Amino acid sequence: MVDKKRKHPKEIIKAESNALNFSYADGTQALKNINLPVYENKITALIGPSGCGKSTFLRCFNRMHDLYPGNKYDGEIILHPDNTNILDKRVDPIEVRMRISMVFQKPNPFPKSIYENVAYGLRVRGEKNKRVLDDKVEEALKGASLWDEVKKRLHDLAFNLSGGQQQRLCIARALATDPEIMLFDEPTSALDPIATMNIEELMAGLKEKLSILIVTHNMQQAARISDYTAYMYLGELVEHDKTNKVFTNPRKKETEDYITGKFG
Amino acid sequence: MVNDKKAEIENNLTRIRSLITKHKRHDHIFAGVGMFIIISLTITLLVLFLDLVFDGYPRFNLDFLTNFPSRRATAAGILSAWVGSALVLIVTFFAAVPLGIAAGVYLEEYAKKNWFSDLIEINVTNLAGVPSIIYGLLALGLFVYGFGLGQTILTAGLTLALLMLPIVIVATREAIRAIPIHIREAAYAVGATKWQVSLHHVIQYSYGGILTGVIIGMARAIGETAPVITIGALTFIAFLPPSPVGLEPPFINFEWLEAGFTVLPIQMFNWISRPQMAFHVNAAATGAIIILLTLLMNGLAIKIRYNIRKKIKW
Amino acid sequence: MAKLENPEVSPRLAKNLRRNILERCIEFGLLCSGIFAIFITLAIIYVLVSEAIPFFQHVSLYDFLTDTVWTPNYSIKHYGIMALVSGTLTTTFIALLVAVPLGTITAIYLSEFATHKVRETIKPVLELLVGVPTVVFGYFALMLVTPLLQKIYPDLTTFNMLGPGIVMGIMIVPYIASVAEDAMRAVPMAMREGAYAMGATRFQTAIKVITPAAISGIIAAYILAISRAVGETMIVAIAAGQQPNFTFNPVESAATITAYIVSVALGDLEHGGIGYQSIFAAGLTLLLMTLMFNIIGHAVRKKFAERY
Repeated sequence: MVDKKRKHPKEIIKAESNALNFSYADGTQALKNINLPVYENKITALIGPSGCGKSTFLRCFNRMHDLYPGNKYDGEIILHPDNTNILDKRVDPIEVRMRISMVFQKPNPFPKSIYENVAYGLRVRGEKNKRVLDDKVEEALKGASLWDEVKKRLHDLAFNLSGGQQQRLCIARALATDPEIMLFDEPTSALDPIATMNIEELMAGLKEKLSILIVTHNMQQAARISDYTAYMYLGELVEHDKTNKVFTNPRKKETEDYITGKFG
Repeated sequence: MVNDKKAEIENNLTRIRSLITKHKRHDHIFAGVGMFIIISLTITLLVLFLDLVFDGYPRFNLDFLTNFPSRRATAAGILSAWVGSALVLIVTFFAAVPLGIAAGVYLEEYAKKNWFSDLIEINVTNLAGVPSIIYGLLALGLFVYGFGLGQTILTAGLTLALLMLPIVIVATREAIRAIPIHIREAAYAVGATKWQVSLHHVIQYSYGGILTGVIIGMARAIGETAPVITIGALTFIAFLPPSPVGLEPPFINFEWLEAGFTVLPIQMFNWISRPQMAFHVNAAATGAIIILLTLLMNGLAIKIRYNIRKKIKW
Repeated sequence: MAKLENPEVSPRLAKNLRRNILERCIEFGLLCSGIFAIFITLAIIYVLVSEAIPFFQHVSLYDFLTDTVWTPNYSIKHYGIMALVSGTLTTTFIALLVAVPLGTITAIYLSEFATHKVRETIKPVLELLVGVPTVVFGYFALMLVTPLLQKIYPDLTTFNMLGPGIVMGIMIVPYIASVAEDAMRAVPMAMREGAYAMGATRFQTAIKVITPAAISGIIAAYILAISRAVGETMIVAIAAGQQPNFTFNPVESAATITAYIVSVALGDLEHGGIGYQSIFAAGLTLLLMTLMFNIIGHAVRKKFAERY
């Protein structure tokens, strides 16, 4: 099994899924035997036609599927360096979510002020010190390149921001708690090209600090920003390798067909 | 270097875990409180019902249903009250149901979205929030004295119809809204007129939802007391209104509409207001009957709605 | 119309014309039933105002609003509506004290904590509670709750505002729970996922994210609750006594506006007499109070809606 997963010896593995299967409550099996490493300080992109299971796979990493009764995991996702299997029933999903944060497809700020949105994760962690909160919020907003645009109106309602700003706010919200991994679920699909560019630049900077796993329907985006790319089809992992390798010289015919637009 | 990072993460993990344990405690406390409140409410409903049944137990016999009210509590019955309730409900039904369905169909199928349909809508919403006793005053001023209908079954039935109207309208609209547009398009495509579409399709397919609303409205009308007292219903009636159906032609007569009357909840109220405990037994027995009727009707409505939701998948 | 009489028109077209006229008539009929709703509203206002006008020719508005004694049926007549308003406000306040926390917690529990199965079982029970006639609740207040309260507080009189207030609160809980729960369920799932993805617990998600997002609907539930409590009649008429009494003390007996209307209607009403007119003045006051609470409620709601 391990040899199937072409590991790159120079990289540090942050997390890896081993023989991961997943079924929804209605019985449909959405993921079949997925083995995929996520490297530290790298961006791993998941591509594939819609319905291939890439979002489902992403949402396993912070146990989002636990919110809906009846969903079933099988296999494991190991988080390094402590070797925790985050899918283990005994591991609290909240603990997982505090270590691995997520940015959603559509911006989903809370009905609160900009400041409170970013501070929310810290408050959930019991942080009450105003000074610490102020510093962390500023740092996170700067990290999401939003600070200059909102520093004068931190206490405005988050809904008043534009779509691109809202999404960067959600990134700041996810960033404020110093996660080990950040998950992005098609973060730019609801945004215009300029906002998309901003967020792509942002991600390139973010990987200095953490590991990123991103689902994208946009192959150019995957090629632009990611270090590694995984191509999924019908719930299976077809190919996983360095991005330039996948896009220039794929090993599998299916991958090539998808990338060249013959299919999908 | 790697070990440093590992130590840091593990340190962080310990902190997170203790925090989660603390936060989860709030979850459990709240879930406990929520469950407790809901169980208490359910028990309240049960106690309410059982209390009436136990208190009224001595009166559960046929005589109670076939006797007129009397000065002697043990000999008193609810004959005039249940007959009155039944007759009033007949009037209410025939007044409120056609009018309510018509208004609902108009608002959903015919009305163009403009200030006028908005005005009707606001009115329907507000009417549902007007205290029921206000309807009693309206009926007293308008039906009893304005139209000179007097304190009759007709007046009471119309008054309760006003109360029931918003319920029927809202239920009709909700049921109609659940019908997808392509059903209408299919009907129009074979050349049906608007009214034919409404009558043959829209109303028929929303039948269950409308029925639910009608039953809930009728259940409310059975228990409604204040507006009927306000129009001046009598509290002591030892006679029956003329029978609506006769043995001789024309078999049906409408004299009963103009008769004086009392209804079940008023009879109950009258008995509660007496100081003698013996009458409180009568009140409890009457209450048990009223609550049984309303629970059965509401239960039936809930059941129908549940079946519709299960059966129909557009 | 002229075409219909025209013999040149083919029978097929004539049929179409007849059908169109029929359609128009039906539409007009349906429109009338819609308009009927407006008519009821106007009729309510007209009846209350037209009967209250002669009343205010007898009683000055100043006395009506400032006098604290209400004795229209005594030889020395006083018409101070405040004696009734105090009873209405006190019972309403007690009811809200019970219903708002219980109803809100129930709503949050059902929307955010309960499993699908629990929710589907509990909601019908709440609906059944909504269906219980108020006269039955009145019996409950007088025969069960007040005696229970007397065990704790022996000085409590048989007629008091505390017992019926509490029962009224219990009656209102399902209204608040059902409307507030609908508002919370309407909050998009994305909002919940956002909070859970941050590592929030159920309680944190419910209180910090869902409740603020649904606040407009929750306040709407409270407005409905106030309207119910202010207009509630039978519970107070049975268990709070029907003696007007200017007091805000919940252990005393007092009449509400609604209880007064009922007590007058039970007696011999002389059409056109001052007693008859007084119940319309009282009804008008009740309607205005309901209206006022609604307006305040909507203003608060709007203010919150702007903030969130």
